[in-house]
Amino acid sequence: MTRHFPIVLFIALLAVSPLLLPEFTITLLNYIGLYAIVAVGLVLLTGVGGLTSFGQAAFVGLGAYTTAYLTTVYGLSPWLTLFIGLAITALVALCLGFITLRMGGHYLPLGTIAWGISLYFLFGNLEFLGGHTGITGIPTIALFGLELKSSRDFYYLIWIVVLLAILAIRNLLDSRQGRAIRALKGGTVMAEAMGVNTPRLKIVIFLIAALLASMSGWLYAHLQRFVNPTPFGINQGIEYLFMAVIGGIGHVWGAVLGAGLITILKQWLQDWLPQILGQSGNFEIIVFGIAMIIVLQRARDGLWPVLLKLLPERTLKRRRPNGEILPKRPSTAAGTLLLKAEEVTKRFGGLIANDSLSLTVNAGEVMALIGPNGAGKSTMFNCISGLNPASAGKIAFLGQSTVATVSRDIARQGMSRTFQHVRLLGQMSVLENVAIGGHLRGSKGVFAAALRLDRGEENRLLAEAARQIERVGLAEQMFEPAGSLALGQQRIVEIARALCSDPCLLLLDEPAAGLRYKEKQALAELLGKLRNEGMGILLVEHDMDFVMELADRVVVMEFGQKIAEGRPEEIQRDPKVLEAYLGGVE
Amino acid sequence: MDLQILLLLGQDGITNGAIYALLALALVLVFAVTRVIFIPQGEFVAYGALTLASLQMGKVPGTVWLLLALGTTVAVLDGYKLLRAGRFAKLPPLLIFNIGLPLLAAAGLFAMPPNQLPLWSQVVVAMLLVIPLGPMIYRVAYQPLASASVLVLLIVSIAVHVTLIGLGLLFFGAEGSRTPPFTDLSFELAGAPLQGQTILVVVASALLIIGLYFFFERTIYGKALRATAMNRTGARLMGIPPILAGKLCFTLAAAIGAFSGILIAPITTIYYDSGFLIGLKGFVGAIIGGLASYPVAALGALLVGLLESYSSFYASAFKEVIVFTLIIPVLLWRSLTSKHIEEEEE
Repeated sequence: MTRHFPIVLFIALLAVSPLLLPEFTITLLNYIGLYAIVAVGLVLLTGVGGLTSFGQAAFVGLGAYTTAYLTTVYGLSPWLTLFIGLAITALVALCLGFITLRMGGHYLPLGTIAWGISLYFLFGNLEFLGGHTGITGIPTIALFGLELKSSRDFYYLIWIVVLLAILAIRNLLDSRQGRAIRALKGGTVMAEAMGVNTPRLKIVIFLIAALLASMSGWLYAHLQRFVNPTPFGINQGIEYLFMAVIGGIGHVWGAVLGAGLITILKQWLQDWLPQILGQSGNFEIIVFGIAMIIVLQRARDGLWPVLLKLLPERTLKRRRPNGEILPKRPSTAAGTLLLKAEEVTKRFGGLIANDSLSLTVNAGEVMALIGPNGAGKSTMFNCISGLNPASAGKIAFLGQSTVATVSRDIARQGMSRTFQHVRLLGQMSVLENVAIGGHLRGSKGVFAAALRLDRGEENRLLAEAARQIERVGLAEQMFEPAGSLALGQQRIVEIARALCSDPCLLLLDEPAAGLRYKEKQALAELLGKLRNEGMGILLVEHDMDFVMELADRVVVMEFGQKIAEGRPEEIQRDPKVLEAYLGGVE
Repeated sequence: MDLQILLLLGQDGITNGAIYALLALALVLVFAVTRVIFIPQGEFVAYGALTLASLQMGKVPGTVWLLLALGTTVAVLDGYKLLRAGRFAKLPPLLIFNIGLPLLAAAGLFAMPPNQLPLWSQVVVAMLLVIPLGPMIYRVAYQPLASASVLVLLIVSIAVHVTLIGLGLLFFGAEGSRTPPFTDLSFELAGAPLQGQTILVVVASALLIIGLYFFFERTIYGKALRATAMNRTGARLMGIPPILAGKLCFTLAAAIGAFSGILIAPITTIYYDSGFLIGLKGFVGAIIGGLASYPVAALGALLVGLLESYSSFYASAFKEVIVFTLIIPVLLWRSLTSKHIEEEEE
């Protein structure tokens, strides 16, 4: 109860304020609510997903103009135009997202600046939308027969939408899809390897942010009962981002805080600055600009985390999740051919990193790929897992060619991997990190997550993650932030994450690096157990004792070429290998 | 449309396109070296033009106050560091450059009404007032965040842009200004008048581009910037300080911006916020070049100028819509032809 106390207090204050506060303050609160809806979308898009848009004001405009035009000209019901507005916004956002999200991070914001400007001029120059004067006489909204005429009436509608939006986004972030969204920020490689369709997910969060903005526009149009292009220009779009950043871009409540701060500050500065400076004009933007630079330099997470520190510390969920066991894929009989790579060549410009390399991995065996640094082992891993496809050659997994398959689809077929440079989300708990590995074993989407219809599946996924963590021996650290673990333990977390996807082939890139002797023994024991269960393991490792003890077969690489292949004891005697590792015997 | 109008519009397009090309080059340079998407580039255009206009009207341009304020901030920030490190010998030059010279400039402007100077020296004074703002802004806004992601740097750029727009309104007022032309010469080309000012803009832009080419190919500082653009860490290991590279390219960007503003001030009326759209059009050009290729960016900018000019004839109200919508097919084309390269962020 104490944990929820501030929120309950906030909602109670919101509920009684129309009864106590003057008209002017209520109007201000209405605007704060409208802005907060847009800013919440930006928190999801920018703070969590790592994408950004300066064109949110244009989406607000789409929602507002759609309802303004259709209700005044065709007399449609505002409730119908809400959905038409959302549909139009979705269409535009899909097109824009499809074009810009495929590219590097900065093309989206640049594209949105351009699109924000052109839509503003379009609104201002289309005759049927009233040009720069806009559209007047927009009807009020009726809710259960109650006409929302005054700003006090509207107040509740706006703030209910704000709270619902916050609830939905919070629910979404605490789910299978939410973990995948949070994984986007650190680059897409890991998420893709865990089977997340990252291009689709990026479009989804862009769409959610756009739809929230459109919703805010619809409310705005019926509150104001008049629209013109000014509040939908690029400057307002920039201001929305400022709200989210100053409030705290990583927290949904930061959006409300930022919207409140900027709106009140703007009101206040607009009164005072012209008097101080003796000129009229929007001088508050000078203050906002400088404040933004200071916030980005000194407190990049915004003011919400600063505020959170004042509240009593929250107790994290520490209960081990319980749930039924997820269905497993049928196990492959030991000795079945899992992976067959033939004549794989990978070129980077003129450099040949892998030169006609062939290898196979069977179910129930540990195959080790060894070689000096720079021999091309990790490159080969990336070719096999589809992260960076081979330039030439054939790779077949479970008998099917994977040459044209992207890494998330290869993951779906039952191949999972770890990375040489650990790719964990340091802020998230070990449990959540491992649960990302189970992404493909769930199916609930963003809607189910937002409405909390995914709890059964969510429990099963988290329980599976907990089981894998216990299996690798990290049960004690389950609820700690992954970033706080020692590097060796982080590698083990990566193994648990890979296991959480229920693979039949496991690709491990230097799993023993940074481990202590006892930990190495435990790891060897675990891998031996997995082998006995019929899993195929492809291993890159520098620790020769570890490799020679564990591996059934070894392939040795040097300068991109295979120089030897065989059982460990054969490899240890191979003159070519000795030369590569110890230098030639003259 | 007859040939005469075609030529006139083409002339217009090429003039503006030449300016956009200059800005596109500056944007590509700043992005390549510092990863900053330099949205405030356009503000330097407006500041250059409006500072010159203020001088010609006999006013002390507000730019000098910004110069003083930024200079003092830089002196305080760097001075504090120097004091803590005990490097007292570096203090006098820091104070002279960041506080002394701006004070001197302010005193000079008050002592001698600038409208009595000949035009060329007004241009020099205007440039000298605006250009130092570039490295100072880099020091104050960007340098503490030099290792942040492109996205954070972009948001800083937007914040700087917004601040400069507000200050521009404060310094120069809401009214636009147009300066007298540098030349009254006029020629005739196939029946269409050809203004000397137009030729001046194109020739000056071309000369500046050639100058930049030699700077990058032949001078040690130009080569240092190119090295930093190619590989920041590598350049740093070779002894090129990233701060120097950052300040240098912001100086160049400010100079290019101010120079472009002074060039177009006699052709179009410049308002305190005109720079944003002008800069963004340079951006569309730069994006056509993928924020990487100088020649393609310059050609793209010329294309933007021509497109703008011809669309203003056919659908003048939709000029901006057409120019900024152009970016969408350009982005589509780039996204289909370029391979997405994973960028590791934070």
